Amino acid sequence: MEEAVAEDTHVKVIVFQLGDEEYALDVEMVQSIEKLQAITRIPGVEAYIKGVMNLRGIITPVIDLRSRFGMESKSYDGATRILVIHKNGDDIGFIVDEANDVLDIPISSIEPTPEVVGGVADEYLRGVVKVNDRLFTLLHVDKVLERQANKTNQKRK
Amino acid sequence: MSQSEYLGVFIDESEEHLQAINDNLLQLEKQPDDMTIVGEIFRSAHTLKGMGATMGFEDLAHLTHNMENVLDLIRQEQLDVTTDVMDIVFEAVDYLEEIIVDIANGGDGKQDVQAVTQHLEALQGKNLLPSKEGAAAAEASSTSEEKTPAEGIFDEYEWTVLVQSKEQGYHAFRIVVELDEKTMLKAARVFMVFEVLEQAGDVMKSTPPADELEDEKFETSFEVVLVTTVEADDIKQQIRNVSEVDSVTVDAIETGQPDKPASPAQNQTRGTETLAKPNQKEKAPSPQKKSELNKTIRVNIDRLDVLMNLFEELVIDRGRLEQIASELNNNALNETVERMSRVSGDLQEIILNMRMMPVEQVFNRFPRMVRSLSKELGKKVTLEISGAETELDRTIIDEIGDPLVHLIRNSMDHGIESPAQRQSAGKPEQGTVELRAYHSGNHVFIEIEDDGAGIDKDKVIHKALTNHVVTEEEIQQMTDQQIYGLLFSSGFSTAEEITDVSGRGVGLDVVLSTFESLGGVVTVDSELGKGTLFSIQLPLTLSIIDVMLVHVGEETYAVPLTAIIETAIVHKGDVYSAHNQKVIDFRGKVVPIIFLHDIFGVDFQDQDTDYYSLVIINKGEKVAGLVVDSLIGQYDIVLKSLGNYLTNVFAISGATILGDGQVALIVDTNALIR
Repeated sequence: MEEAVAEDTHVKVIVFQLGDEEYALDVEMVQSIEKLQAITRIPGVEAYIKGVMNLRGIITPVIDLRSRFGMESKSYDGATRILVIHKNGDDIGFIVDEANDVLDIPISSIEPTPEVVGGVADEYLRGVVKVNDRLFTLLHVDKVLERQANKTNQKRK
Repeated sequence: MSQSEYLGVFIDESEEHLQAINDNLLQLEKQPDDMTIVGEIFRSAHTLKGMGATMGFEDLAHLTHNMENVLDLIRQEQLDVTTDVMDIVFEAVDYLEEIIVDIANGGDGKQDVQAVTQHLEALQGKNLLPSKEGAAAAEASSTSEEKTPAEGIFDEYEWTVLVQSKEQGYHAFRIVVELDEKTMLKAARVFMVFEVLEQAGDVMKSTPPADELEDEKFETSFEVVLVTTVEADDIKQQIRNVSEVDSVTVDAIETGQPDKPASPAQNQTRGTETLAKPNQKEKAPSPQKKSELNKTIRVNIDRLDVLMNLFEELVIDRGRLEQIASELNNNALNETVERMSRVSGDLQEIILNMRMMPVEQVFNRFPRMVRSLSKELGKKVTLEISGAETELDRTIIDEIGDPLVHLIRNSMDHGIESPAQRQSAGKPEQGTVELRAYHSGNHVFIEIEDDGAGIDKDKVIHKALTNHVVTEEEIQQMTDQQIYGLLFSSGFSTAEEITDVSGRGVGLDVVLSTFESLGGVVTVDSELGKGTLFSIQLPLTLSIIDVMLVHVGEETYAVPLTAIIETAIVHKGDVYSAHNQKVIDFRGKVVPIIFLHDIFGVDFQDQDTDYYSLVIINKGEKVAGLVVDSLIGQYDIVLKSLGNYLTNVFAISGATILGDGQVALIVDTNALIR
């Protein structure tokens, strides 16, 4: 992932909406974008893990990113999407408000994260991108997936 | 041609060859005179050596080379098959196994093989008869010489074989192959030539010897003696087709028949030996044999998983289609859907069967183990294996090896008595351990039975009491089988002396938990003085299990049928409280009940009924009742893992996809009963 960014002068990202902010994920990491579907709750796990869904025969855990970042929850609607991330041989779904765009962004436009952006603790962020008039934040997927990190997050809340 | 591409194949094949060597060595030990077996071993070792050298694993090649030399001596009857010899050869095989394991784990296959090599060399040195050395020298010198009368380069034995083959209508040719001077990969060309020759017949010998040829220790020409039914011109033509071969000369070898009266007239031992040989020769042309073996292909298990996943998708769509068809009520559609259901049912069975492997995979390492262990323990033990062809799911096969090793060791260590004890007990000195596998219903049983001392019940009770595994009262309630079962509780060992083999008291409980994690059940039966029987019941496959689907609130959970004793409905008035625990009186026993709503945090609206629906589950002897809202029914489901992200979810062992595409979680009943 780190290499993928460094390789070229541009990086392709998927831009999605969470609350008022736009976020981005390296397109290489995203396996597919799915419409919301039935999710089976898993008892006894962190609240942000919504459960598992059946993604073409594979049991896929689903994380609500709003809840993960301690943002105010919002009921799912027609625009809600699940970004399926492929990481270490596993598929994991991220529930986002909306998937907006696929963009080529110049690597030079990635800036280090300011202290706190849109309420998301900076530990989950890899940088901020400004293209034209749009500002969006690159997510740090490893950190988002770290399950222990949950506690620190809750403290910040 | 990158090496890594071939590494997988190399490892797989090496393992096969090692297994073949192991099996044949054990066979040879029983029938030391059977030279066909030596031939088989030799062939495997030779292939192994060739592969090892090609892949650049020198220690492997070096060791097999030395082993081959010893085998060669045995084959030429210059070395007898004694226990000492076998021990050293077995030791060498052990090293070879280690090397392969190391390579498989990404190592470089380096091993300190010096000690064992020396042993092997000692065998060769000690028994090397001068004639052999003379023959070797003669071979070496004859390369450059003009063709000497044929006898000159053959020792007596080879000559006999030649004469014999001739009598049976084979031709014997001396073939001189001259390679192009500029040939880069001489060994490769040699290999190709040999391949041609081996297709045509049997290469009796080559000058320089095959291993020197492989190491390219020759100039541009080499010579082989071939016994074949093919005509000289054909052979010549075929060899010429190999590129970079400059010239080929094929000369018939005159055996000067029948000036050496053929063997039947000779003495008895000679006769058997020479008779054995042609048999081997007839069997030898390997291509046909190989093609029989190669009717299987290797498929990565991941691919089978993908296939399975895709197929399940299909099954879900099939379910929907069936639904739609029944709504539309169109005959043609109904028929098609019905047909499709049938076909996909068959397909499912085939896919599941592809994951099945014979338990032989696990069993075939035991004869070796029993052999060395009986030496170690100073006991005489025969291992009898039956049902090795019984098939089990690959995932189970992978897991049961170690616990079975432990059980067999246990039987040999604690079960079988020493020869002296056996004699005084009026038993044959030779103890027997039987290893059986067989199908029964939806299960596979693996049994280990010994005819040893049996389990001393009183000793077990005494030990269990001193170790506080059970209380006096509990003992009173227990059947003999249950008492024997105490052997599997942790911190238990009845061996008076602690041996290397077993008796550390940490073993059998691990064995039990491994089998239990596979959904297996272990039972023990024993008769004092007669022997002990360990019986392991395993599910046929882990990927498909029988479950009871239940509703808990709005959610659907699956309870494995293997854990369920029965289902029941009890009146709320029949539930009592004891130690803050709700219990019921179930068939005369006090059974705790567990509310799945609480365990899984499901919103629970107390329904207006006066009854609880219960699923009575057990773990070993312990029983509990699970309170659910309703029972849906019994289903065959495909077990799926929750993946690496969701680990250690309490009381959930996995998930499955239901007919409507929804995911249902599988309850881990073992976690619910403490």
